[in-house]
Order: sequence, then C-alpha cells, then structure tokens
Amino acid sequence: MLGALWRKLKAGLARTRDLFAGIAGLFTGKGRVDENFIKELERRLLAADLGAGPTAELVDQVKRDFRDREAGEDLKSMVREKLRQMLGDDDRSLRIAASGPTVILVAGVNGSGKTTTIAKLASLFHRNGKKVVVAACDTFRAAAVEQLGIWADRIGCDIVRAQHGTDPASVAHDACEKAKARGADIVIVDTAGRLHTQTHLMKELEKIQRVLGKQIPGAPHEALMVLDATNGQNAIAQAEQFGKVIGGTGIVLTKLDGTAKGGAIFSIKARTGLPVKYVGVGETIEDLEPFDADAFVAALFD
Amino acid sequence: MICSGRYEGSRGALRLSLPFVPGTMFESLQQTLGEALKRLRGRGRLTEANIRDAMQDVRRALLDADVHHQVVETFLTRVTEKSVGQTVLRSIDPGEQILKCVYDELVALMGPVDTALPAARKDRPAIVMLCGLQGQGKTTTAGKLALTAKQAGRKPMLVAADLQRPAAMEQLRLLGEQIDVPVYLELGQIDASGNRIGGPGAVEICKTALARARDRGCDLIILDTAGRLHVAEMPMEELRQIDRVVGPDHVYLVCDALTGQDAVNSAQAFNEALELNGVILTKMDGDARGGAALSIKEVTRVPIKFLGMGEKLDRLEEFRPEGMAQRILGQGDILSLIDKVSRVQSEISDEEREKQQKKLEEGSFNLNDFRKQLDMLKKMGPAKDLINSMPGMSQLMPAGQDPEQSIRRIQGIIDSMTRRERADPDEIDYDRRLRIARGSGTRAEEVKQLLTQFEMMRNVMRAMAKMSMLERIKMMSGMSKMGAFMPGAKIVSKGDTGHRKSPRERAEDRKKKKR
Ligand SMILES: Nc1nc2c(ncn2[C@@H]2O[C@H](COP(=O)(O)OP(=O)(O)OP(=O)(O)O)[C@@H](O)[C@H]2O)c(=O)[nH]1
Ligand SMILES: Nc1nc2c(ncn2[C@@H]2O[C@H](COP(=O)(O)OP(=O)(O)O)[C@@H](O)[C@H]2O)c(=O)[nH]1
Ligand SMILES: [Mg+2]
Ligand SMILES: [Mg+2]
Repeated sequence: MLGALWRKLKAGLARTRDLFAGIAGLFTGKGRVDENFIKELERRLLAADLGAGPTAELVDQVKRDFRDREAGEDLKSMVREKLRQMLGDDDRSLRIAASGPTVILVAGVNGSGKTTTIAKLASLFHRNGKKVVVAACDTFRAAAVEQLGIWADRIGCDIVRAQHGTDPASVAHDACEKAKARGADIVIVDTAGRLHTQTHLMKELEKIQRVLGKQIPGAPHEALMVLDATNGQNAIAQAEQFGKVIGGTGIVLTKLDGTAKGGAIFSIKARTGLPVKYVGVGETIEDLEPFDADAFVAALFD
Repeated sequence: MICSGRYEGSRGALRLSLPFVPGTMFESLQQTLGEALKRLRGRGRLTEANIRDAMQDVRRALLDADVHHQVVETFLTRVTEKSVGQTVLRSIDPGEQILKCVYDELVALMGPVDTALPAARKDRPAIVMLCGLQGQGKTTTAGKLALTAKQAGRKPMLVAADLQRPAAMEQLRLLGEQIDVPVYLELGQIDASGNRIGGPGAVEICKTALARARDRGCDLIILDTAGRLHVAEMPMEELRQIDRVVGPDHVYLVCDALTGQDAVNSAQAFNEALELNGVILTKMDGDARGGAALSIKEVTRVPIKFLGMGEKLDRLEEFRPEGMAQRILGQGDILSLIDKVSRVQSEISDEEREKQQKKLEEGSFNLNDFRKQLDMLKKMGPAKDLINSMPGMSQLMPAGQDPEQSIRRIQGIIDSMTRRERADPDEIDYDRRLRIARGSGTRAEEVKQLLTQFEMMRNVMRAMAKMSMLERIKMMSGMSKMGAFMPGAKIVSKGDTGHRKSPRERAEDRKKKKR
C-alpha cells in the first residue's frame, strides 16, 4: 500500500504542514519526556480521532515507562508498536466463495461512500477478469440507481435495478437470480445510506441479508461497512450496530485523501474486532487500496 | 412530501425537538460531576483546585462528543474562570452548579442564531451557495432550503452545479420535482457510458442560471456545488471563481454531525476561501453528539443556522443552541429545568435563599412565602412551565381551566388574606373563608380547596428540601399524583374523603410543627 495512499497522504500533509503535523515531529531525539511532551503527544492522538479513552491509555503508558527519559527512537517505536498492535493481524483479503457467485453486501451511514466504493470494487474484480453484477438496492435516495448505473456503464459490468421505491430485498433477490443464471463470479449489493439508530431501516438491511443467504449458500460472503474517515467517535456506534445487523466481516475506510486520519478504527477494532480491509483515497475508480496497517500507523507519525 | 414508502419511525414525532441521545456508552455527565464534587456541597466557594476533577469529567464528555481538542481546552479555561469564586449552594448539587455553568457557556458560544435567508436585491434574485466535503448532504439541503423558502412565499430556483458526482444533476432534478421548484441544469453532451463529455463548466452554469432565474421572476437561487476536499487546489479554486463571478449573498458550509476532529480543518479552509455566512449541520437525526457544531463556531465564528433532521425535504430545523448544548453534554431536557430553577435562585439573594431553605426544612413555609414564589416564578416563563416546576402546583389547577387565569385566582385569594392569615393558614375558619372569598371574587369552597392543597404542597416541599435538585426535578417531572411519589410525606390525596380534623387536632398539629 505504500503506493497511492502513501503519496496522497504525504501530498495532503505537505500542503498543510503546520496545521496537521504528525506525531513524528515529537520524537526528534532531543528533549525529555516531560509534561509538555506528554501534552503534545496527547493532542496529536486526539486530533487523529483516536478518542479520549485510547489516547489516555497510550499516554499513561508513555508516562509510566518513559517519564524523564529521552524522547527518541525507543519511545517512537513503543508508541508505534502499541498502535500497530491495536489494529491486529487479521486476514484482510476478501472472502471468495468456493463455488458459485461470491456476494458482497455493502452498508453504512448516509454519504459515507458506499456506491463509489462498490464501483471501485466492481472495477477491481472486472479488471481481474471476473464477471461482476451490481445490485442497485438503494431504491430510496433520489437518483441513487442512476448513479450506480453510470458506474456500471463505465466499468462495463452488469446491473440489476428496479423502480424507485421497490423493496430492496426483492432487488437483491433478482440480482442473485441473474448472477446464477449468467454464471457471474461476483455480486456486489449497494444499499441506501441509513443511520444505525433507525431501527426499521436496520431491519430492512437484515432482510436483504437474509434474502441473499437464501438465494446463494453462504451469502453474503463479505458484509462490509463503509466508514468515512472524517467521522469521529460516532463511528464506533456505527460499527457496532451495522456489524451486528449485517454480520460484518470488515470495514472500508473512505476519504483518507483528505486531512482526516480515521483514528476511530482503533476503538472499532477493540470493540467489534472488525478489521479494515480497504481504504478509499479519492473519487475515481482507481482510488481504492488494500488496507495496510503498518502504513496507516506510519501515516499517523508522518 | 411526495417521496414516501419509507418508514421514518417515531422520528416524525420528534420533529421540533432534538432526539434525546441516551448515554449508552457515555456515563451521564450529571452523575460523574456529582461524584467529583460531592464533598463540596454547601461549603465555601468553588476554586480552581476543588473543581479540577469535575473539569476533567467535562473535558472527557466534550471529547466524546467530538469537540475539537483545542476548542475543549479553551472552553474549559473559560468555564473555570467563570465558576471560580461562586458560592457553593446548599440547595443545589455542586455538580449541577458546574453543569449549568458549562451549559450556559456552550449556549453562549453557539448562539445567537439568525436563520433568515437573504432577500432579493433590486436587480437580481438573492443567491445562496452551498459548499462542503463529499457526502455531507449539500444536495439534500439545497432541496430543503428551497422548500423552506417556498413555504415562506418565495420563488426559489435550484441550480445544479455539481458536474462531478455521477447523477448529481439528476438527483437535484428529482428533488426539485418533488417540491415543485424549478431546477436549472445543463446536462451537456453525454457519451454512451453516461459521462459528461462537454458543455459549460460550473461557473458558467451558475452565471446562466442567475439570468434565467431573473427572467422567470424567481427571487432566490440556491447553488448546489460538488463536494470537494478543502486541500484540493483546483476544486477550491472553482468555488472561489463562482464566488467572484456570481457573488452569492450567503455561502453556507454543509457539514454532518458525524464529523470528528477534522471539522475545524475543513471549516477553516472553506471559510478562508469563501467567507462563510452560515453552517448547516446535517444527519442530526442519529445519535451523533455533533461536537463539530461547537468546534466550527468557536474556530470560524460562523454561526450555525439550520439542522438537517432526516433525508426527507421537510426535515430542516432552525438551529437552537440550547438543544445542541444539551446534546453535546448528553443530557435530556432536564437541563432546561435546571436552568429555570437556577434562574429563580439567582433572583433571590443568598440570605433570602437560606431563609427559604430553612423554612422549607422546618415546614414553616407559609402562604406569604408561597405568594412571593408565585411572583418570582411568574417572571420566569409561561404558566404552563410554572406548573411543572413547582411541586403540587398541578393539583392547584382545576382541570380544563386556563393556567394563567388559575394563577391569578390563587393570587387573588392569597391577596385577600391578612398577613397573619397567610403566616398561619390553620387559623382560617369558615367565617374568614367567606370573607376571603368575597374579597377575591371567589367561592368559599375554592378558598378551602386552596388551603387543603397548600397544606399538601407544604409537606411535599418539606420532604423535597432534603433532596438534591436533580431528585427534585425528577420527582416533579414524573409526578402525577402527589401521594404516589412521596412515600415519606404524609399526604392526603385530593379524592380522599379521610376524616376531617377537629379544631383541637389541628391545634395540636400546629404545636408539633412549631417545635
Ligand atoms: N475524496 C473522496 N471522496 C469520496 C471517496 N469515496 C466517496 N467519495 C465521494 O463521497 C460522496 C458520496 O459518495 P457515495 O458513494 O455516493 O456515498 P454513499 O454512501 O453511496 O451515499 P448515499 O447512498 O447517499 O448514502 C461522493 O461525492 C463521492 O464521490 C473517497 O475515498 N475520497
Ligand atoms: N439521515 C440523514 N441523512 C441525510 C441528511 N441530509 C442528507 N442525508 C443523506 O446523506 C447522503 C448524502 O447526501 P447528499 O445530499 O447527496 O450529499 P452531497 O454529496 O453533499 O450533495 C444522502 O444519502 C442523503 O439522503 C440528514 O439530515 N439526515
Ligand atoms: Mg449510495
Ligand atoms: Mg450533491
């Protein structure tokens, strides 16, 4: 991943050097781990949306182990190591069905980047010679179907769509039928954005998930929650709720090409175990990268 | 709204008030603050040292609500400055005293609000431009603003200036159709895959749209621009150009309530590029605390104007700093009560408060005091609220009667009593009741009823004097029938036919009370 993401992150940071300086500047090897140092470390972790809890934990550990010692490489690698550990060592590849179509269900709050991420994934599979069907199950938002339709055209993959207002579960059903009939390899299901507090809409998701499972054994093989990296602590509740309802298998962290760091994923990992599998780094179809935990942590320091 | 077929749950019922966000993963600040300050109750003054722990709790709550960490620090400094030196009251939990300080400061920071849309100029319609990061809700909000304007009797037009996101123009067109508002768009040339391969750019479109709107007699145009990153140079330049070429009267930043620490970065950048006139905070229908509202206001000084409370176009609300403060702190509506009560208390001097408190505890609270309180409370707000903020008041109000009128009657009755009668209502016998009734233009039974109710109320108040403010408020807001919530107090409920006390028994009661 030390490719596009890395470059973009660096470019983004370079433009706004003073405002968004990473944590690395702290560890110059000069100076001591004193009150000022601790304060600064804390500020930078908070600024990355790590949240008050994880930040306090990390800062306490630094206080305990490094108080009045030199703020150098040891400390840097300790903090880095600790952060890296928090992200775990999961298998971050997408699960593919042993036989028959692989179904990927995509959900998340409004505007997080679901449809764009689906286009990116569809394009990725398509370029790898897979036969892809996308299911336009967002039958609620104005022009959501048209939006996915344009992407499908650009990519050259199949789309299953229905009229505005159709039960999304029935669109999911039709997409599975079509995928089986056509011998498709991948079905990617777009859903309407919804807030995790909207019980009835969460039930609707559950229903889509159930229908997929009935149509294709083991489906959905991947249930991804799309999370906007600019989101703060609410991301945790999102992950908990969506993860539970769709039987989440992973997260796609979008909009990392901005100045937001997406630090909520540390808490999310701790509380739900959900690993980040991909990251979105732009609006075009190429702007998708497999998540690389080392690079992600390094980016916090740069 | 034309668009339907989607369950909105009970959210419809909450349209005018922010949904209460239960503190599931956040401990109630009220609780933790109470813990931190328990020892202080009724003793001395607040100092920087004795509120330090409480301030840590406030800090945590604000960070959990996604308020920017630097904003949190300056905020805490200010609240500390304001709290230090305050007398720790006996009748209020010190935690609640601090909480109120925090709350007041939040409200002061986020207010005031002015939600007026710009008026048309002599020679052209008013222009509002929306901008913001991707997926924040700009297009939806454009539709909402158009609907609001239309409902206010204006003639709005929507302008599709997002050429970036696939089907963005179509999205706006459909929204306009739903609310029957014209939408200006130029699809340009579209190739086989739906890509726009030619046609005017965003700046050009806005310019032409303005001319068209003028021709059609519209008095407001709303520009829906493409989402963009604040660090992307070309897209930001495009916004500056639109700003220069069409000169919007108002530029609003659309930002969602889910946004974390990054909110200040983008808001600052958009504000530098465009000089924002307002912020619209969307997706407030969920459980996000929305600390971004505070951060953005503090850092840019740009006021928050509206809240997006749902996907449908009628879900736009005017911003209320009070509701937002409660939400950031994770409190229910209880804060408005605390606020009210404390305003009452600020009206009475410390000594007077001490005196009243003592009276309450001794049960020597009489009709003179009651009259004073009525006066005080009347200044505080509508009678409806008054009834809910005084124990037993609702029992004094005849059902179906206008509360304002009932209070006037009660005051009339009390005013027709002598000072002595007010000081010792037990003295009031049948003859005196008749006299009082005549004097106040009421009936003797009404006078009697007031006296009975007052006696009940006094019992409740005495019991309440020993409770914390929070317990009191809880009790008040939860009570329907006094007897039901005060197992300790000797209360005879209204419908009770229980035995009538003889003058001797009453004299004995009196003696007991005076002891
Ligand atoms: N900069 C940037 N923008 C992105 C990224 N992913 C998506 N977007 C943009 O974010 C906006 C919303 O993306 P969508 O894919 O429509 O989001 P969605 O979750 O499907 O939205 P709804 O269906 O309306 O809930 C669009 O303008 C996208 O171009 C990303 O990784 N980086
Ligand atoms: N729950 C909720 N969703 C909203 C709100 N405002 C917009 N949305 C949704 O957020 C998503 C992005 O909105 P859109 O207007 O397309 O954002 P834009 O990319 O900034 O123009 C859509 O799914 C909208 O339906 C709101 O106040 N509440
Ligand atoms: Mg979508
Ligand atoms: Mg839009």
